[in-house]
Amino acid sequence: MTLANPSDTATSAPLRRPLFARVPPAVAFGLFWLALVITCAAFADLIRPYDITRMDLGARLSPPGTPGHWLGTDELGRDVLSRLIQSVRVSLVIAFGATILSAVFGTTLGFLAAQFRGVVEHLVVMLADFQAALPFLIMSLAVLAFFGSSMLLLVCLMGFYGWERYARIARGLAISAGAQGYAAAVVQLGATPRRVYLHHILPNVASTLIVSMTLTFPEIILMESGLSFLGLGVQPPETSLGNMVGFGREYLTTAPWVMLAPAVVIMLTTLSISLVGDWLRDKLDPTIR
Amino acid sequence: MTDLLVAEGLVRIYSARRGLLGKAAPVRAVDGISLCVRRGETLGIVGESGSGKSTLGRMLLGVDPLQGGEVRYAGTPMPPAGTAEWRRLRARMQMVYQDPLSALDRRLTIAAQIREPLDIHKIGDAAFRAARVDELMRAVGLRPDQAGRYPHELSGGQRQRVVIARALATGPDLLVCDEPVSALDVSIQAQVVNLLRNLQASAGLAMVFISHDLKVVRNLCDRVAVMYLGRVVEEGPAEDLFADPRHPYTRALISSVPEPGRPLDGRVILQGEPPNPAKRPPGCAFHPRCALATDICRGSVPQLRKAGPGRAAACHHFDGADAARAA
Amino acid sequence: MIRFVSIRLLRAAITVLAVMTFAFVVLRLSGDPAAVLLGPDVPKDVVDAFRAEWHLGEPIWRQYMAYIGAILTGDFGLSMRDKSPALELVLERVPATLMLTIPALLLKIGLGIPAGIYAALHRDSVVDRGVILMAILGFTIPSFVMGLVLVLIFAVTWNLLPSGGFGGWQHAILPALTMSIGGIGVLARFSRSAMIEVMGQPYIRTASAKGVKWHDVVRGHALPNAAVPIVTIVGFMVGALIAGAVVVETIFSWPGIGRLLIVSVSNRDLAVVQCILLLIAAVMVVSNLTVDLLYGWLDPRLRNSAAH
Repeated sequence: MTLANPSDTATSAPLRRPLFARVPPAVAFGLFWLALVITCAAFADLIRPYDITRMDLGARLSPPGTPGHWLGTDELGRDVLSRLIQSVRVSLVIAFGATILSAVFGTTLGFLAAQFRGVVEHLVVMLADFQAALPFLIMSLAVLAFFGSSMLLLVCLMGFYGWERYARIARGLAISAGAQGYAAAVVQLGATPRRVYLHHILPNVASTLIVSMTLTFPEIILMESGLSFLGLGVQPPETSLGNMVGFGREYLTTAPWVMLAPAVVIMLTTLSISLVGDWLRDKLDPTIR
Repeated sequence: MTDLLVAEGLVRIYSARRGLLGKAAPVRAVDGISLCVRRGETLGIVGESGSGKSTLGRMLLGVDPLQGGEVRYAGTPMPPAGTAEWRRLRARMQMVYQDPLSALDRRLTIAAQIREPLDIHKIGDAAFRAARVDELMRAVGLRPDQAGRYPHELSGGQRQRVVIARALATGPDLLVCDEPVSALDVSIQAQVVNLLRNLQASAGLAMVFISHDLKVVRNLCDRVAVMYLGRVVEEGPAEDLFADPRHPYTRALISSVPEPGRPLDGRVILQGEPPNPAKRPPGCAFHPRCALATDICRGSVPQLRKAGPGRAAACHHFDGADAARAA
Repeated sequence: MIRFVSIRLLRAAITVLAVMTFAFVVLRLSGDPAAVLLGPDVPKDVVDAFRAEWHLGEPIWRQYMAYIGAILTGDFGLSMRDKSPALELVLERVPATLMLTIPALLLKIGLGIPAGIYAALHRDSVVDRGVILMAILGFTIPSFVMGLVLVLIFAVTWNLLPSGGFGGWQHAILPALTMSIGGIGVLARFSRSAMIEVMGQPYIRTASAKGVKWHDVVRGHALPNAAVPIVTIVGFMVGALIAGAVVVETIFSWPGIGRLLIVSVSNRDLAVVQCILLLIAAVMVVSNLTVDLLYGWLDPRLRNSAAH
């Protein structure tokens, strides 16, 4: 004997609609592009027409559409398309690794701060303050200046990007869950702390964390591209998207495609991730329908 | 009727530190409370905000730590919170919360959440648990097709029913309800209160019902304890207490409850500040607002004294005579 | 109020100290400070004097104190290139960077915020959609791409503006524009959201229902309340500006601090890097402090509580 509830009368269809029921065209494009880019990254060795260092000195700076070089060649005769594919892999791997590192680091600190409060919390807040005191680019430059640019250092460095966002989210959600919320209720039901964290807190935090990850991922790509463009990120002979733009800069007037191809890839990738991330957030959060 | 839950001399002190550099100012939220709940009976705990009633509720279940006193359930002392023994005991006693939305996990369907106590305590197999969830949903008045809903898709009253169903899943003996209907619309309040009463009757539950709403308490409870600033100032059978309150505070509270059809008469209006546990007046905590206050009230704390069959009140003047002279 | 301000000042001081400590630690980890900060080809007596002054070879905490002392008196070591004090070299370049960053900041604030507010007040208009589009572009197009594209269009194809170098005000246009475009879109979008949220509040409806003219409602109620989150974002943009300066100055060969930083990093001229790092940290701390204090002044609720 319950009062009629507006949402009751709406539809009795199952609430978990299939995930791909209605995808807006922009998001569809984003998904398609991301799939393309991920495939490139995964199968770079197989798809690449040429080796990235192979020079075709007879065909230097040839424009796109030249037979054998769909996107043209750069000043050393290297195939732009091949380098592009390899760059996509390098940039994505770095960004992916860094995002995971940052998320794990940030969430752990956030949970620790929520669990132990007091001194631990103050420490985490101070660390976050310190991170905010310097623009990330500047801090990276300083570290790279002092320690040199190795790939490992680069990924670890990028791994510090944005951790404070995850920490803030994780801490906030864990505290509100624990204080008056469902976590306290589940504890009162007799659940072990392990069950509370794994069954309840983490799934609730996960969707917000994933959204945060889709926000930081493109920013990390941009940051790494920026550093590589400045010559301080990925070093030759390895190639990355920012790298290519940096080297292509000199030939801006004579052969703009060398710089434009990677630039367009950067833009489309970051755009796609933002679109898909927004859409994913709406899908993952059952309260926003 | 045997005593199910016995609490003696419960004390709870918060040290509220203000910021990193503030001083620690201890606050006595609960200051020496003893009471007992018998099987199948409903004990109402009444008080304003700041009286410590919610804290008391949590202490009775062993959720909040005690800085003094003891709680015994079915004769054995309550194990410390967080231990395996305490967790096992949760199957026997449960809590219903003021805000059902925050007590539920918004990511899980209500059926999953009603089933959760059974999963936690490993009761029955999958088929049994499914059947039990159905049974519970029907018992609280939810439709079977609502099983796949999420908490935010239900109304406040329906959510509270989910919380009640979940609390009853393991068939507990004791239910502590902390302002379970305060957040609901008035028309829904009556439904939920009736539901609680019916469930209690059919399951033989003991219930502690914490509320500031006297109408509801009168409707539902067998015995009532009135709290003020962490102490019980009066207790007794509900009907007697409402008909003839002894403590000045109880009198003021009851005189403000409207009865349909009659205008409010003889209403006692309290002066002074609302109770603040951080600034407790000396002697009888109620004396700054009491019309009957005299020197003895400012000086010494009144203890609970017998005020009739099954009744007690903590006041120096409740029988109209100077208690010190009579003692 | 005093408590609010003093807590903020304390935190700012601690942050500055933390950055200095960070630089100290990193410096020690990367090798012998004398070699690192003075470079090769320095006469031995200069090296010895340096080692004595910085207390190298003594217990670490004495080195730390000496380090802090040196920093506070402006001694950052010598630039490797021309052996001049690093601080001088850096301060020389500051005006050039300011020539870009200040116009860029003014552009962002002057165009971005009004555009965003206008968009909020005229939902679904051309301006509104334009703002959202610009914000997306601003977010996804990295500044180096933007700079190069602008050069391609204005300098190469149309030959309107110089493609780089330091000269008259014409040389400053493209760099300043590059720095501000992304930020304009983002700031506009953010101002729009802040304004929309404020306009949806019950007190706006009440004010308008009381009969207050719409124009005054916006000016007297909506704008002051929207100002708080907007000011916060502008505070964050200072950091973004500095980072942007690094990239833009490199693209346009603009002789500012950003370019100096890149050059120094490539050459491992660590004295200069260290100096720039600390200078930027100081600027950021002051900027964050200003935003914090402004925040407290704008939002009366924060003035009386010393809540973090």
